[in-house]
Amino acid sequence: MSGSLNLTNDFVVKFANVNGSGSASANSMFAKSVLRMGVPVAARNIFPSNIQGLPTWYEVRVTGDGHLGRRGGVDLMVAMNPQTWDRDIAEIESGGYLFYDSTKVLPESKFRDDITVVGVPLTRICNEVYSVPRERQLFKNIIYVGALAALLGIEIEVIETLLAEQFAGKERLIKANVDALHMGRDYVRTNLTPLGLQVRRADAVGDRIYVEGNSAAALGAVYGGATVCAWYPITPSTSVVEAFTDYCAEFRIDAETGQAKYAIVQAEDEIASIGIVIGAGWNGARAFTATSGPGISLMTEFIGLSYFAEIPAVIMDVQRGGPSTGMPTRTQQADLISAAYAGHGDTKHPMLLPQDPGECFEMGALAFDLSDRLQTTVFVMLDLDIGMNEWLTEPFKWDDTRSLDRGKVMTYEDLESGVDFGRYKDVDGDGIPYRTYPGVHPSKGAYFTRGTSRNPYARYSEEGHVYVDNMQRLLRKFETAKSLIPAPELRKSKTATRTGVIYFGSTTPAMHEALEILASKGLHLDALRVRGFPFSDEVYDFIAAHDRVFVVEQNRDAQLRTLIVNEGDVDPAKLPPVLHFDGTPITARFIAAEIGTRLGATAPRSPVPEAAE
Amino acid sequence: MTYLAKPRLHHPSLSPNDLGFTRRDYEGSVSTLCAGCGHDSISAAIIQACYDLNLPPHRLAKLSGIGCSSKTPDYFLGASHGFNTVHGRMPSVLTGANLANRELIYLGVSGDGDSASIGLGQFAHAIRRGVNMTYIVENNGVYGLTKGQFSATSDKGSKSKRGVENHESAIDLVSLALQLGATFVARSFSGDKAQLAPLIRAALAHKGAAFIDCVSPCVQFNNHSGSTKSYDYVREHNEAVNRLDVIAKRAPIEVDYAPGTTTTVTQHDGSVLALHKLAAHYDPTDRIAAMTYLAQRQALGEVVTGLLYVDPEASDLHDSLETVSTPLTALGGKDLIPGSSVLAKINADLR
Repeated sequence: MSGSLNLTNDFVVKFANVNGSGSASANSMFAKSVLRMGVPVAARNIFPSNIQGLPTWYEVRVTGDGHLGRRGGVDLMVAMNPQTWDRDIAEIESGGYLFYDSTKVLPESKFRDDITVVGVPLTRICNEVYSVPRERQLFKNIIYVGALAALLGIEIEVIETLLAEQFAGKERLIKANVDALHMGRDYVRTNLTPLGLQVRRADAVGDRIYVEGNSAAALGAVYGGATVCAWYPITPSTSVVEAFTDYCAEFRIDAETGQAKYAIVQAEDEIASIGIVIGAGWNGARAFTATSGPGISLMTEFIGLSYFAEIPAVIMDVQRGGPSTGMPTRTQQADLISAAYAGHGDTKHPMLLPQDPGECFEMGALAFDLSDRLQTTVFVMLDLDIGMNEWLTEPFKWDDTRSLDRGKVMTYEDLESGVDFGRYKDVDGDGIPYRTYPGVHPSKGAYFTRGTSRNPYARYSEEGHVYVDNMQRLLRKFETAKSLIPAPELRKSKTATRTGVIYFGSTTPAMHEALEILASKGLHLDALRVRGFPFSDEVYDFIAAHDRVFVVEQNRDAQLRTLIVNEGDVDPAKLPPVLHFDGTPITARFIAAEIGTRLGATAPRSPVPEAAE
Repeated sequence: MTYLAKPRLHHPSLSPNDLGFTRRDYEGSVSTLCAGCGHDSISAAIIQACYDLNLPPHRLAKLSGIGCSSKTPDYFLGASHGFNTVHGRMPSVLTGANLANRELIYLGVSGDGDSASIGLGQFAHAIRRGVNMTYIVENNGVYGLTKGQFSATSDKGSKSKRGVENHESAIDLVSLALQLGATFVARSFSGDKAQLAPLIRAALAHKGAAFIDCVSPCVQFNNHSGSTKSYDYVREHNEAVNRLDVIAKRAPIEVDYAPGTTTTVTQHDGSVLALHKLAAHYDPTDRIAAMTYLAQRQALGEVVTGLLYVDPEASDLHDSLETVSTPLTALGGKDLIPGSSVLAKINADLR
């Protein structure tokens, strides 16, 4: 049809599949083939809390300009799931394309007249070649990848190479898959013409890598020197520990003895997981757990102990939709408050807020230095979007001169030299006391660790001034943390402006794209990406330097904004929230529309924002 | 008062052990428990056991939960690091500590509320995981620190000090420990130091999960008639299956008891347990028989004490995980960080 979209290296393909049908690896190969042609992609799984049978989607944004956030809207729907047909068809942009299995003839009413319909009889092709049901199902996925390659201009050799890598050493499987790939391609060549959506070879990927945040954070834990990991399975964090287990099996086995330089325990629940982590941290090992919101709720008592007894621990929280069981396979940034203030009484904990898998690695390692240095629990706040999707990210870097910062630990020699040891004594004025590892010295340095109030020498005390002094020291320590948390990242607008925006984590790529959209409409904002908690002065200076600062985040209650207001001297009216919390990753279109609408009323020119999806 | 260190007056008559420590070196702060509390007798037995074993006090780590019993680690082994954790969660903290440094000796002290009620799950899982530890439950069948509520080990039909009858079935931690795979299971009575101290010694020398249930009457809230955890009740209904001597591996093994009444068991570390049998045909290495015997005696209202089960060849969690013999805490960056060249390869695989 005449109004069809004509887009090169800038379109969205969405695959609608049935969970458990083997589509995931085929779809992922599709995305990777675009990457291998030098064109950036942003791919996201949208999946149910289910193993087999329910609908699942995979969205691939082909983005020559490198916009890695979710765009919103679909230009090509690969509709492989009859259950969701109607809503899938409805989601296609006007002028877009529908790819479907045309084996079964569907009535005209099942289609739309403002889209281009492309039918390939996938089931028929499969049934003619394969007799085993499982083969029919798996190869059908490869056949559609072959057909899509021909329709979208993806080089077939690129996919052949990917198949050869995936099935390295299994020649028979490689050949079978390549044959299926060719079946799809050949059908299109014979019967159809390429679409208006095309992938053209480019050089826009550079040396970037393509990896899930959970794997990256796990690798960070390996490089951060973690030796003890205790965990309880929970979506979407489970793959952190799976990846840690794999990396350890590869890099942490003693070459001579074959023994493990690590210990991983699947505990009976999240309470035991954090208990094991705290026991190991108390005893001088670097230990962590990975969990999600419900796990944080369960761990809260222990986190309070870690705060008050000052024991290092690292928690990787891969956030999902809450509250309660909420939306376990959807993404949110909704654990900020429960993590920051976990525990009864007056408590607060440092958090790191990675924007992508690259920072998951960096902060995954840094968290262990910080928790040793600050002797407290440090959170690494991932979310499902970063954690469970492969993202294009800067390659991992490591400085070989860097060593593990174990913080203030008194050695046998220190104790022997007669230095006065008080476990909770603020010797250096930074609120951080010195500690000893159990068993270090026969007669010096032992103390009784407890969650009860005690004096600087770790002796039990309920005297008011002793308690208050200790609580004030903990606040001083939290002040010290501000200088150790990664500094916020400022993106100044090219045009001077009194309007700002604060954002963090997985919102980042959508935010950056939204800033471009807004700028193109004459709306300029300075942007500050917060990278951790507690907030440094730069965050409050930024707010002070602007009349109005939007706070963009993915939860209902504006949790980052709440923390900013609570921890500093800010008029809340200055911080209008922009909130996205339906469980899907936030999009540039959404942010631009929200901010655009609100600025539109006062902006010199009155731009018409794009509709939110 | 726990914030007062115990005065360290070394009496010339105090004899040092092989390491040159006297019993005083194994003591802690002054106890804040009630006079006559069974728990203080257990602390004394722990001190005795560590002294007898020639343990360097600083090489032992003592961990506890919350409750009267969990306060006691402050009252012994003042030179050891201690950790008073959260209620019912000592087992997980001890597990983590043990994973971090396998070279220390781990003593977990808990109570019946801490282990049988709030902490039953952690008790069970630490035992089934085979954590190398000595786990003592100071079992008084009552919540002392909150003034006299029933605990999960209070016997069904027993009466509280206020005359209220307990309608819930009691959890028998010894039977549970046997069922869960503890490789050293014993029961004793705080009023029987002659039996208790050697049991603690044997448990500390045991590799694997060693559990001791120690009936310890609460003088304030559970020492009245009608209680099955009172001094009088236990003394009248105690059925000891054996008396234990622990012979250190270096000492020559001399067992001069008449054949037929003594069994010896050599533990993993070479220590020899000499058991003077009091009950006929009791074999402490037969787990199934131990469970049966316990159940039979329990039905008669008797409290069976002694070493009920030991697997001298037990393995522990580190064996299961195949961890290096060096404590994980002693590993540095060189051992742990794969470095930038490995990272370059990982990056290449991710393109």
